Amino acid sequence: MNMKKVLSIALAGMMCLGLLAGCSNGTTTASTTPDDTASTAPTQEQTATLSGVVNTDGSTSMESVMGVLGESFMEMNPDVTVNYNGTGSSAGITAAMDGTADIGLASRDLKDEETGVTQITVAKDGIAIIVNPQNPVADLSVEQIAQIFKGEVTNWSELGGSDGQIVPIGREAGSGTRDGFESITDTEDACKYQNELTSTGEVIANVASNPNAIGYASLSAVDDTVKAITVGGVAPTEETVLDESYPIQRNFNFIISDSKELSDVAQAFVDYATSADASDLIAGAGAVPLA
Amino acid sequence: MSEPKPQKRQFRAMEEVMKILFLVCGMISVGFVLFISIYLIISGLPAIMTIGPIEFLFGTTWASTASEPQFGILPFILTSIYGTAGAIIIGVPVGFLAAVFLAKVAPPKVAAVIRTAVDLLAGIPSVVYGLIGMMVLVPAVRELFGLPDGASLFCAIIVLAIMILPTIVSVSETALKAVPPEYEEASLALGATEIETYMRVSVPAAKSGIASAVVMGIGRAIGEAMAIIMVAGNVANMPSLFSSVRFLTTAITSEMSYAAVGSLQQQALFSIGLVLFLFIMIINVLLNTLLKGNREK
Repeated sequence: MNMKKVLSIALAGMMCLGLLAGCSNGTTTASTTPDDTASTAPTQEQTATLSGVVNTDGSTSMESVMGVLGESFMEMNPDVTVNYNGTGSSAGITAAMDGTADIGLASRDLKDEETGVTQITVAKDGIAIIVNPQNPVADLSVEQIAQIFKGEVTNWSELGGSDGQIVPIGREAGSGTRDGFESITDTEDACKYQNELTSTGEVIANVASNPNAIGYASLSAVDDTVKAITVGGVAPTEETVLDESYPIQRNFNFIISDSKELSDVAQAFVDYATSADASDLIAGAGAVPLA
Repeated sequence: MSEPKPQKRQFRAMEEVMKILFLVCGMISVGFVLFISIYLIISGLPAIMTIGPIEFLFGTTWASTASEPQFGILPFILTSIYGTAGAIIIGVPVGFLAAVFLAKVAPPKVAAVIRTAVDLLAGIPSVVYGLIGMMVLVPAVRELFGLPDGASLFCAIIVLAIMILPTIVSVSETALKAVPPEYEEASLALGATEIETYMRVSVPAAKSGIASAVVMGIGRAIGEAMAIIMVAGNVANMPSLFSSVRFLTTAITSEMSYAAVGSLQQQALFSIGLVLFLFIMIINVLLNTLLKGNREK
């Protein structure tokens, strides 16, 4: 009786393997004895190498983070391909809703009307407010920053700086950093830029060369050529972003459909991205890891 | 006697094959032009219809990602026209006089050096013009004119003027060299000075060639995007000389990468492409008429 049961399970296991063999390139050998299969089948399942494709779609701000995460995940699991498609946060959320992507990427939190999906925060991103190193102004409040970008305050002397017309420099419409900055400072559609540039590097180069310029850039991209000012007395650092005391920050989220279950490989990727193993990589890519 | 016949037939077959090959190669470019035209019209028209042709072409506000988006491209159209006109006003006199110098006045050795320099100028990628413009010209304009920021229509005009120089110089030079020497000899024989001869005889004789040089310069300037996106500031303002402006070309490049697929914003960018395409078509037709006039003479 007992022997029969084992045998039937073993046979069922073999049949399953046979089915799988049909899917694969036919490399599975059929020479294993029933006893062997019965004992090794469960362990094989656990150590089975992941294979498949993870499609991610969304925020362009998350490109560098996704780049390093995808690369290292593919290195650990050679049969896995992680695709990234930079379409923008809203498009990424839509892709997760429609199921056209396994994981949507959004550099903002879900809005109330965006239902049917869940967000998993994988990292935080601080947006630094940068001025020229010659500029004596070292601290501004969020309201003052909003006033500058809305064109209500136009001279540095009004903010304790030297006399000079303020030159607000921003990113082009649709940029994740611009979207993040404008939504946090509540200046959407109201910013009066002197310059709309298409990359973070250009913003930094412009601020570095113009003593009256002010701009914004991802915290990680800021270098010595510009001065990151403190906002409400808080300097933008990893710590202040993580404890949420630095006000101009946003979340990098994975958006996952509630109705469609994640594939094993996509689930493994989410687990990996939120694990402590990935935190060094996330930090290296310029964002602030949570784990 | 029977041998040459099949050989002849072979040659004839080869001839036919080659003819078909040439035809196919010719059709490739025709095919691409047709495909691009049809694609632009199909993808550009819907947004114009949704927005309304008048509002699209003559609207003065462009706010594509606002909660209540507005798609008026008049600022871009005017910027492109002003920018191109400015580049022509600066670039044509310099290029034209350089061509007269190269074709008529310069000693051959000097001319060779200048011609090489002009050819090199033509070979510099536009992104390099943009980069140098951004690093050198923009700060220089800011200092010189005491502006808060140097990125402006003025900088774009300077960059474009330099970019169209090689076209204008080489096409005008060819036209001037094609003037029959008898004209000039006759003029000199009648007692005119050399400069009088060049300006009063050679230049009028080459005028349609010079005109096509100008039109080609316009074509190059209006289609340029990479160089000017780095120096023009890219804000959708109505154009003025020292304000930050956006061209038809840069309006497309700066927003295309982030526009959501299938959104009205993306369709409107295609519509801008259609408008730009029509502009360039008109310039090409103009160029062809000029060249035809040239040939008929």
